[in-house]
Order: sequence, then C-alpha cells, then structure tokens
Amino acid sequence: MAVKFSVSNLDLYYGDFQALKNINIRMNENEVTAFIGPSGCGKSTLLKSLNRMNDLVEGCKITGTVLLDNVDIYKNMEITELRKNVGMVFQKPNPFPMSIYDNIAYGPRTHGIKRKSQLDEIVETSLKQASIWEEVKDRLKKSALGLSGGQQQRLCIARALAVKPEVILMDEPTSALDPISTMKIEELCFDLKKEYTIIIVTHNMQQATRISDKTAFFLHGEIVEFGETGQIFAMPKDKRTEDYITGRFG
Amino acid sequence: MTKKLFAEKFMKAVFLICACVSIIAVAIICFFMFVRGIPAMREIGFVEFLFGEKWRPTAQIPKFGILPMIMGSIYVTAGAIIIGVPIGLLTAIFLAKFCPKKLYKLLMPPINLMAGIPSIIYGFFGMVVLVPLTRTLFGGDGNSILTASLLLGIMILPTIVGLSESALKAVPESYYEGAVALGATHERAVATVIFPAAKSGIMAAVILGIGRAIGETMAVIMVAGNQPRMPKGILKGVRTLTSNIVTEMGYAEGLHYEALIATAVVLFVFILILNVLFSIVSNKAAPISFKRKKVKKEEA
Repeated sequence: MAVKFSVSNLDLYYGDFQALKNINIRMNENEVTAFIGPSGCGKSTLLKSLNRMNDLVEGCKITGTVLLDNVDIYKNMEITELRKNVGMVFQKPNPFPMSIYDNIAYGPRTHGIKRKSQLDEIVETSLKQASIWEEVKDRLKKSALGLSGGQQQRLCIARALAVKPEVILMDEPTSALDPISTMKIEELCFDLKKEYTIIIVTHNMQQATRISDKTAFFLHGEIVEFGETGQIFAMPKDKRTEDYITGRFG
Repeated sequence: MTKKLFAEKFMKAVFLICACVSIIAVAIICFFMFVRGIPAMREIGFVEFLFGEKWRPTAQIPKFGILPMIMGSIYVTAGAIIIGVPIGLLTAIFLAKFCPKKLYKLLMPPINLMAGIPSIIYGFFGMVVLVPLTRTLFGGDGNSILTASLLLGIMILPTIVGLSESALKAVPESYYEGAVALGATHERAVATVIFPAAKSGIMAAVILGIGRAIGETMAVIMVAGNQPRMPKGILKGVRTLTSNIVTEMGYAEGLHYEALIATAVVLFVFILILNVLFSIVSNKAAPISFKRKKVKKEEA
C-alpha cells in the first residue's frame, strides 16, 4: 500500500518545551491510523503538524521532515494547497455562523469555484458522503448553529470533504458527542477510508480498535509503539503500551 | 430580627435605591422635556414646527420651522458616518487581527485617549486646522457641512474602533481555525468568517457612533457656520439641532424659549430611536458572547 504521509526525525518545541521527540512514522493511503495516549503526550500536536495548524501557535518550532506524497510540506508546498489536500475536523464542532449551504460551500469558494450549479452539486455530494444529507436537505438555507452537536460534527466533516482532500485529520472528533452520534461518525470513518486517508486522535481505546487499521501509542512526546491495531491491542511489544491499554495508567 | 438579617435587608435597600437613581433621572428628563416641549409644538403647529423651512424666532411675525436644523443634523451625521465608519472599521480590523503585539501596545493608548478629549478641544482643532484646510482646498469660508463632518468623523473614531475591535476579538477562535484549515488565507478568514460573525457587534458600534455624532454640540458650533437655513451644499454652513439650542438659549424668551426646548425634544426622540435600534442589534449579538462565556466556564 502506498505511503501517504511520511514523518522523519521530527522534533517540535513550544518555546523551551519539547513537545515531540524524534518522531518517525509512516501513514498509508486508504487506511485509518489512530493516535492514542494520555493527555499531553503529543498526539494532537503531531496531528496538527500534518496540516501546519501549529503555525498558528506562537513560539512553535519544528525540525525534521514531513512528506506528503514525497513532497516536503514545510518547504515545497503552499500552506493553502497543503490544507486543501489535508482537511481537518476539530474536537468541538465548529460550524461557521452561516447557513448549512454556505458552510459547505466555503471551502470550494475559497479555492475559486463560483458556478452555482457546481457548488450545488458539491454541497449535495459532500453532505451525502457525511451521511447528513437526508437530515438537512430541506433546510440548507437555515443556520448551521441550529443543528444538534452530532449533526454539527458531521456537517464539519462534510465541510472538510467539500474541498476534495486526500487526507482527513480528526482531532478527537467524538469526544463532545453522545454515543449514537459517535457511532454514526465511526461508521462514517469506515466508509470514508475507501477514498481518503484518515488519521484520528482518540482518547477512546475501544474507538481505536473499532475503526483503525494502524495504531500509534504516544507517551511524553514519543511514539512508544506503532503497528497493526490488532497486534497493538492483543500483543503489545512494549511494557508501557500494555500498561496503558490495560488501564494501569492514563 | 437579628442584627445580621437587618444589615442584609438594609444593604439590599441601599443597592436598590442606587440602582433606581439613574432610572429616575431618565424618567424625570423624559417627563419634563415632553411637558415643556409639547405645548410649544402644539402652539406652533406640529407640521409647521417639524417641516417649516424658516427659522425666524425674533422677526415681527416669528417663524419656528426646524426642518433646516433637522436636515443639518442628518447631513453632518451622515458625513461623519461616511468618513468615520470606514476608517474606524479598518482600524478595528487591523488592531484585532493584523497588528503585531508591540505596535498594538503603541496604538491602543492614543485611541483610548481620543475618547477622553473634551469636545471643546476638538472644536479648537477644527477651527485652527480643519476650517483653514477646507477653505484652501475647496474654497468657501471653511465653516461648512464638510468641515463638521470631518471633525465628527474623527470624534466618533474611538467609539467605533473600541467597540468593533472587542466585537471582532469576541468571535471564537474555532471559527478562524475552521476557515484556515480549509485552506483559506488569513485575510480571507478574517474577511469572510470573522467579520460577518462580528456583524451585530459592529452594527452596535456604528449606531453608538451615530448617537455620539448627532448629540455633539460644542465642536460642531465652532466649525459648522450655524446659519439656520436649508443646507445648500457640503461647502455651505449649516446649523444642527444641538447648536440651534445652544446659540439661542442665552437670550430666548417666551415662545422662542419653548421652541428651543421643543427642539431638544426632537433631538431626544432621535436619540431614543437610536437606542432602541442599539438594543435590538446588540440583542442579536448576544448569543455569540453568551456561548463564549459558556465555553470559558467549561474550560475552567
């Protein structure tokens, strides 16, 4: 399977604090990769390095290389181009305070699509892909803030899909949602990996086993273990991984 | 009754009385303005008073039409908005979203100071700088709608900048992150997500600015020319509702005096309308700030 993201020798500092230490990891196309680990272990930080959202953090310094399809995203790629190819879904649903339609159309419009018919089509397919079309098709002109939390999060996924990315980063996308909404989003991940590469940060280990192909376990800014999800949870090689997944700490 | 309970009730009463003082003051102002002003309007005739184009209070057959002053106030206020709102908004956007921290610390104190400068000083600035400037640049005698608009446009800047800047800063960071994560540039995210999200707060800022401009007296008198006639062009002099009252209050008597109070009533009604607009608009703005507070609590 083709490698989508390849991270090598990545060190990341917030001011004097080193948040990531010598990270080396490869993520494959059309797979779901899960990042697990206790709070503050650096899993979200690594996720944000993949679409350069860390650039917004003052005092953040990164060394090492991150290759997306063999192109260095920190050196040889426009940041807007990178973020078009690598979409992101945040922990808290963050729809814009505008209509459902305009939320989805925001990305395509940003990248220069103006034709109404084309936008209509993108809005419909994106909402269908995020399996929320049936719920909102009659209220596309209504404010997105009127939706429930779970619907808002699927709307945000649809919004990310609308720019036709190759990779979708998800930063604990279900931690603010109820079990049923969570289940819907997990099913969605399963469907989406046919066309996209998904990297998901989660606190929920059952979630990682349910949806991911590969799992990386983080501790204190390092990747302790990375491998097939089944192997990581059934026969972890590292003692620390075992302690974490059996609930001895974290 | 125990001592503690009494103290508590007593303090409650004190707080209540304090809270009532301002409400009572407003109520009394309202009451006396209308009681003193309405009879004069009735005597002159409402239509004659509001839509009469002649103001000759001391002529043999006096005329009390305040339309020139109503139009004057509207013209200079509109001018102030045309000049002050774009500058103020762009300043606010720059300060909130583009300004380096060091520059921000340098820029903010003067803007706050502007709000505290007494209007007579603005008036002097207008007389000494703006009047000669418009005279040389555009001709006329310099005391004009244009000059008054310029001066008022400057005077409403701190109101508009301050309030719009806080409205922009109150927009949740997650909106911004959502936009840039879709590949939007910083500029596009600010223009198409942050600015629209702050719209109601910005509208409220503009309305307060209008209130400030329409109520301004001293500075306007010093640069507007004060001729009580229908405005004929932006380089001609004009008299506003406020300057009408101040310039004639000193010597007015009888119906003339009452007519000036009636002028104040009209001004007061303008301000009331603006305040109603303001509360409608800021109520619309409320949900966002409310959500923000909730988020903060959760984080804490």
